[in-house]
Amino acid sequence: MPVEATVLKAAYQRPASLSEKPNHYCPGCGHGTIHKLLAQCIDELGIRESTVLVAPVGCSVLAYSYLLVDGCEAAHGRAPAVATGIKRVHPDKTVIAYQGDGDLLAIGTAETIHAANRGEKITVVFVNNAIYGMTGGQMAPTTLQAQKTKTSPYGRSPADAGFPIRACELLNTLESPVFIERCAVNTVKNVLRTKRALMKGLRAQREGKGYSFIEILSMCPTGWGMEPREAAAWVDSDMVPYFPLGTLRDR
Amino acid sequence: MASTTLMKGNEAIGEAAIIAGCRHYFGYPITPQNELPAYMALRMPKVGGTFLQAESEIAAINMVFGAAAAGARAMTSSSSPGMSLKMEGISYLSGAELPAVVVNMMRGGPGLGNIAGAQGDYFQAVKGGGHGDYHCIVLAPWSVQELADMTVRAFDLADQYRIVVIILGDGFVGQMSEPIVLPEPSGKVFDKSGWALTGAKGRDPHLIASMRLSPENALEMLNATLQAKYRQIEECERIREEYETSDAEYLLVGFGLSARICRSAVSVMRKSGVRAGLFRPVSLWPFPSKELVRAAEGKRKVLVVEMNAGQMVEDVRLAVGASVPLEFYGTLGGITPEVDGIVERMVAHAR
Repeated sequence: MPVEATVLKAAYQRPASLSEKPNHYCPGCGHGTIHKLLAQCIDELGIRESTVLVAPVGCSVLAYSYLLVDGCEAAHGRAPAVATGIKRVHPDKTVIAYQGDGDLLAIGTAETIHAANRGEKITVVFVNNAIYGMTGGQMAPTTLQAQKTKTSPYGRSPADAGFPIRACELLNTLESPVFIERCAVNTVKNVLRTKRALMKGLRAQREGKGYSFIEILSMCPTGWGMEPREAAAWVDSDMVPYFPLGTLRDR
Repeated sequence: MASTTLMKGNEAIGEAAIIAGCRHYFGYPITPQNELPAYMALRMPKVGGTFLQAESEIAAINMVFGAAAAGARAMTSSSSPGMSLKMEGISYLSGAELPAVVVNMMRGGPGLGNIAGAQGDYFQAVKGGGHGDYHCIVLAPWSVQELADMTVRAFDLADQYRIVVIILGDGFVGQMSEPIVLPEPSGKVFDKSGWALTGAKGRDPHLIASMRLSPENALEMLNATLQAKYRQIEECERIREEYETSDAEYLLVGFGLSARICRSAVSVMRKSGVRAGLFRPVSLWPFPSKELVRAAEGKRKVLVVEMNAGQMVEDVRLAVGASVPLEFYGTLGGITPEVDGIVERMVAHAR
């Protein structure tokens, strides 16, 4: 009896835009997943050769080592300004600013708001893990009330440190942004939604519509002092109630 | 023959930058340099360029970082308090070896100080200002014509060495109006295709970064490269001007506006029979030490005149050592030195 030929089809593979270099992120950290999603989007949009990535100061400072596109460093908090400079020189390129919560909402608040307000045709990917990861777990602008960190050892007290800042809602008060969505990478379903949001944001930029902002709630098991699985559950139990997921703007 | 135009110093920089091919200007309002961003806001749209009023000096210098990384000729301008804010960005530009032109129309400090011209930022510009071991090329103009010519040269130097060039003027030079002949473009072409961020089309990705974590000696290597570049600049790019120095017994040393006042002092002293001359560093970094040593040799006295408490005088001292008597005459808080005061200091001694 003749053996039937079997056609093998790749069901899943490493995106061409993602380097094979093993990443430096801790087990359970969301950055690796987010890098992969970005790489998939870049592949699917066919923009690997026309994208410039601006990496922040923070754990993802080396993002440009993992995404195989032109890459640029930015001083802490300045990614939107650097991205503005690049985009104004190359309006035809896709410019992505990848930032963490300390970078985007503390030291870089002015750059964040004004790049959004100018409607710079860039895409800001905001990874919110409620802590400063790289420097060892200090309180971030998005650290939750009562959350313990190295610099809020008794728990964040709103009387002392204010409340966590909601970036999407803040930017949603501005006229210029065309796409604002908050998503998460703690479950498979949320990962898939995040990819859709990234695709939408990048498409908005490709189509010349304007500024797009995707906030991604992400895990920092090391900074939070949790097991990876516990951390993923904490996103749902503690972060999502304060930072609700969803599309705030899609013009 | 080229026709002359009456221009304000700050505006002359703007037009010269456009002549030099700069199409990306990012700035933030601060007196006494406001005519420059206003000029750029008018002119850039007419030449297909970008004028962007940033949310701060910090944002402006980082926009320059982005535009320079993207391969464009980019510039920003400010005055003393704003320059302090730009220092972070200048350190990053230096570490990433990006070319940029930064104008500082100095005013009185420290702090908010006042809005009169001053020269108190010599140390900041020449000795660092930001963190880490780096240098900017620092050029000190004394006239509107020179501001224009220097701007064209600054863009070439920035591109040639992938370095930040600071044009260190002061509020007076920036605000004065003089007839000038607009400069011609230099015609020099610099190939940035090997490093600029243009999208990795048909090539490996480019990376613009100052961070060096691995291998272990990567940062040491970067610094060695920077230092080698700085030694080459020190060797090749020293600029100075001398006035009546060949037979001088008394030597004035000043930069920018102080030098211009010193030139008048030289004329006054010559008329009264005192053989005085002027040595004027035009590049403050690299400092024209070798030329100064020659000019100062055998002088009865060297008098350094600055609109500060004594900054460049340290570099003069480093150059000439104890070989000649050296004195300092400075004015503070946005006050300009007067010819009489300079002459008195010199002539009192001469008698």
